[in-house]
Amino acid sequence: MNLTTVLFYIMAFITLGSALFVAYSGSLVRSVFMFFITLFGLAGLYVFALADFVAITQIVIYVGGILVLILFAFMLSNKETLSTLKHQSTTFIGFKNWPSLILAVLFFVVMVSVIFKAMPDKLTWVNNAVADKNVFKATDITTTNLGINLMTRYLLPFEAISILLLMVLVGAAHLSRKEGGQ
Amino acid sequence: MISLTHFLIISAALFCIGLYMVLTKSNAIQVLIGIELILNAAILNLVAFGRFDKIQNNGQTFAIFAIVLAAATTAVALAIILNVYRKYKTIEPDKIDQLKD
Repeated sequence: MNLTTVLFYIMAFITLGSALFVAYSGSLVRSVFMFFITLFGLAGLYVFALADFVAITQIVIYVGGILVLILFAFMLSNKETLSTLKHQSTTFIGFKNWPSLILAVLFFVVMVSVIFKAMPDKLTWVNNAVADKNVFKATDITTTNLGINLMTRYLLPFEAISILLLMVLVGAAHLSRKEGGQ
Repeated sequence: MISLTHFLIISAALFCIGLYMVLTKSNAIQVLIGIELILNAAILNLVAFGRFDKIQNNGQTFAIFAIVLAAATTAVALAIILNVYRKYKTIEPDKIDQLKD
């Protein structure tokens, strides 16, 4: 039980606790702000999996892009939208949703039993990778590795995703245009 | 280091919390946050297995592509929610049940 394990458990507890708060709270504002904490906790978990570039990408794109977009989308709405949201926030949910709760808990039980049955620490390809020294160490520089791979092996998905982002830009701007006369 | 099983159990828990949010929330933006939680659970799974693949780096590269695609999805989904609000004057998923005449 060294310091790394303790820190990992604290980070996992923060992530799962804030995710449970996001799911439980009725008001939209609290959900979005607790989701900030979930995303930062997830970035910390990516660092524990020795994927530091993915952690920074998560913070920049998810927190700084998506969450700010969601915040803008409902903070800049007019008063009628906010009054609808306020009405929903004061409605007490209670245990009216117990079928969904049972479904989610049972699905979690199924997935955990599958994980324990599959024994991911003893997989053949994982053991082969460890034996071939194909594993990331804590002192490796992932940026160089990712850069070389993106430009040689994954060049086609890289270009395709840039065209997809252009399509999304044009599509979202066209979808949310003001109709003529308003 | 930290074993693989810990990451997979956290990923499964986040998936089920996101699933609960998609099923029960009565506000379309909270359903969208639930979908984002499900996507994040899958990306955590990818990154956890990607530690054992240094030469080809399948896991982390696919994780970066998945994060970018999640951003694109959220942008288009918010534009659709805006249009739905303009037409139906509500964003509760249960009340939007009419097809176009």
